[in-house]
Amino acid sequence: MRTWMFWLVTAAVVACIFGLSRLVTNDYFFFAAYVVLQYVVMATAWNILGGYTGYVNFGTAGFYALGAYSSVVLHKLYAPPMVVLILAGGLVSGAIGLGMGYLTLRLRGVFFAIATLALAIVLETLITNWDYVGGSRGVYIIRPAAAPFFHGGYIQYLFLVMLILAGVAVCVARSIEHSKLGYGLATIRDDELAAEAAGVPTLKLKLIATVLSGALMGMAGAPLPYYITYLDPSSAFNLSLAVNSIAMPLVGGTANWIGPVLGAVFLATVQQIATVTISSALNLLFVGVILVGFVVIAPNGIIGWFARGKRRRQG
Amino acid sequence: MGVTLDLFLNAVTAGLLLGGFYAAVSVGVAISFGMLDIANLAHPAFIILGAFVAYILNDRFGFDPILTGILALPAFYALGTVIYRIYYYSFERRGEEALRGLAFFFGILFITEVALILVFGVDYRFVSAPYIGPSLHFGDVDLPMRMVVPFVVSLTMVGGLQLFLSRSFVGRAILAVSQDSLALKLMAINPIRIKSIAFAISIATASLAGACLIIIQPVEPSIGREYIGRIFAICVMGGMGSFPGMMMASMLLGVIESLTATFYGPSWSPAVAFGFLLLTLAFRPSGIMGR
Amino acid sequence: MEALLRVEKLGKRFGGFIALESIDLAVAPGERLGLIGPNGSGKSTLVNCISGTLRNETGAVHFESRKMDGLPPHQRTRLGLARSFQLPKPFHSMTVAENLHVPMLYTVNARRGMHLSNAEIDRRVDELLQQVGLAVKSDRRPRDLTQIEMRKLELARAMAAAPKLLIADEAMAGLSHTEVDDILSLLVKLNEQGITVVLIEHIMRAVMSFSQRLAVLVAGKKIADGEPQEVMRNPEVVRAYLGE
Repeated sequence: MRTWMFWLVTAAVVACIFGLSRLVTNDYFFFAAYVVLQYVVMATAWNILGGYTGYVNFGTAGFYALGAYSSVVLHKLYAPPMVVLILAGGLVSGAIGLGMGYLTLRLRGVFFAIATLALAIVLETLITNWDYVGGSRGVYIIRPAAAPFFHGGYIQYLFLVMLILAGVAVCVARSIEHSKLGYGLATIRDDELAAEAAGVPTLKLKLIATVLSGALMGMAGAPLPYYITYLDPSSAFNLSLAVNSIAMPLVGGTANWIGPVLGAVFLATVQQIATVTISSALNLLFVGVILVGFVVIAPNGIIGWFARGKRRRQG
Repeated sequence: MGVTLDLFLNAVTAGLLLGGFYAAVSVGVAISFGMLDIANLAHPAFIILGAFVAYILNDRFGFDPILTGILALPAFYALGTVIYRIYYYSFERRGEEALRGLAFFFGILFITEVALILVFGVDYRFVSAPYIGPSLHFGDVDLPMRMVVPFVVSLTMVGGLQLFLSRSFVGRAILAVSQDSLALKLMAINPIRIKSIAFAISIATASLAGACLIIIQPVEPSIGREYIGRIFAICVMGGMGSFPGMMMASMLLGVIESLTATFYGPSWSPAVAFGFLLLTLAFRPSGIMGR
Repeated sequence: MEALLRVEKLGKRFGGFIALESIDLAVAPGERLGLIGPNGSGKSTLVNCISGTLRNETGAVHFESRKMDGLPPHQRTRLGLARSFQLPKPFHSMTVAENLHVPMLYTVNARRGMHLSNAEIDRRVDELLQQVGLAVKSDRRPRDLTQIEMRKLELARAMAAAPKLLIADEAMAGLSHTEVDDILSLLVKLNEQGITVVLIEHIMRAVMSFSQRLAVLVAGKKIADGEPQEVMRNPEVVRAYLGE
């Protein structure tokens, strides 16, 4: 399928889903679906750098939280429309990704991974010490009552926003996959030294992937203050987000755009059920175990399992 | 002026004592990452685990934490063996260490933290011991015993390991395997076995390090994450696998953190380690450029 | 005639270990240079320094009279300096054909004035595959290739970058007699097309038949450089290979 056609089909799917959602009357659906869609964006974003390029980002919570807190700052300044917030979130997180990438991407992948982890912790420290955004006490954001462009609650609007973001993320990932950039990223993942020798400008491409990945995560975090209405560092820099962003692509499959989507839908849904029925800590434990389990047993995720089975049958 | 000098001296002293402790915290990773090239992100989790083990035995039976740390060494050693086995069969053998291995250890870090939360909750836990509270005084400088004891234990442990690595047969084999697996094979020593021993030792250090930690400060499950930046900053700055380098880097970090905490506030400490790490990466000591 | 590649007093150390010491080497355009030396003498380190994978501490590398200092490997490849790896490093997730697409996309197309269409790239890849004898495996993954096919892929990928100079690092190690001849004739054909070739090898008959000039590296130093037969008669060289 040509890339532009994919964008078109995705837009159509988004429109369909939104249309169907107008039939739903229970607000809880929108709250839950927002979370699932958010994970689709995060998992897809992570996979651009992780699955396509082979560089692991453990600090996804940091990029996400930057998006959320840049929204807080803008909201306090002059409360701009959602589009501005999202773009700002993307810009800030993308810039941080660029800066950190520039410092650490020349080194082995391990050091980049460690640096991302340390970065998330430092960002959390900085935010916790920043009173303007509430510091450790947190900040209250008033959620508007009604959706701006159509007849419905604001939560439905947030759902639509995240749905569109998810569509954009998936399209960006798919576009990369089938592009020259995608080829280059794959060579970096397969063998970085050989990629350099073949003429691939590895640093430049890694930076592009880091910026794209970080920006998408920042965009996913931008609407958070309105969703959650009370934002404090521990909810923005939340641990479950960090683990899930990695677990979902690893479970679903890292080779292409479908894996993170599958993994996100699967794991997020399971967790929503689990949080309600059992405790949320136990649910987190479950995700951690799943992550380790999949990494050890099925390194190519669910998709990889099927592909392996198919290959075996073909003989 | 006198007050500031006072503060300064105390901060530096506290920093040095802290630095000694940081060495104990990092020595495990100096072995696993510096010598075996296994990026064990989960090491802080084992330290916290060690701290909680010391807590339970202190709370229930009044055991001294250091004693617990020593008694638990075999258990941690066994745990290390098991984890290395899984790591080896899943990743090292397949040659895909990079992404999966990191995710594996991150998962373990996460699981350990959440399991501890489930069992102990998020409250801070602390131990009681006769040396927690009193201080030694040398003029204007205070040496809190709760820092001195871990300092001494840490240095003993690191020193002991250094002796072990340079004098004993197994220790020298570990140093050899960190440099040349092939040569080791030619000497008919199984490198896997040696690596397993080395990794197990690195996890065992977490037992004592954890005991030291809970003597110095109260512990709750999530503080492990603060230590990741510190540990790797120390190992990289110290030159991977070099004990003397690691000692110096630990001391330096301890002092800088202590000064920052005294003059700017303790909530900035995690940022110090990160700044340290970034500086290190900017100057790139040998061992971290692509192989 | 100005040398195509000039290595001047190049030195490289790893901590306390001196891997290369003051290496001087010049390669003329169109030449077939052989580089030999015992294991551990620093041949691969030299290749890595020339290609930019490693940074040399002292000395300089000049290609077409341009200083290569600080240029990352991908830029050197784009300038026409290509190398193959001793242990083949194919891109595992791609097909054989796609492996060759990469240098065309990123090296050939990156050169000023070049813009190959996708169709043109496909055509060139097919041609190259025919040349090396891998056409029948063009849709397979590297894991489905035999040893010699991997070696050919490794060479083909370096060739796909349309280089002016190709450094072939031990491309024939472990191959059978006929397989060695196979690779050798490939390299000779390349040279006939005008590409300068530096052959790093242990297999003496290949080196002797291929090289117009021979250089010998022992323990990080160049101990001989000249006409192959003469070099092999050099007592130092004999000593290095047969021991004291």
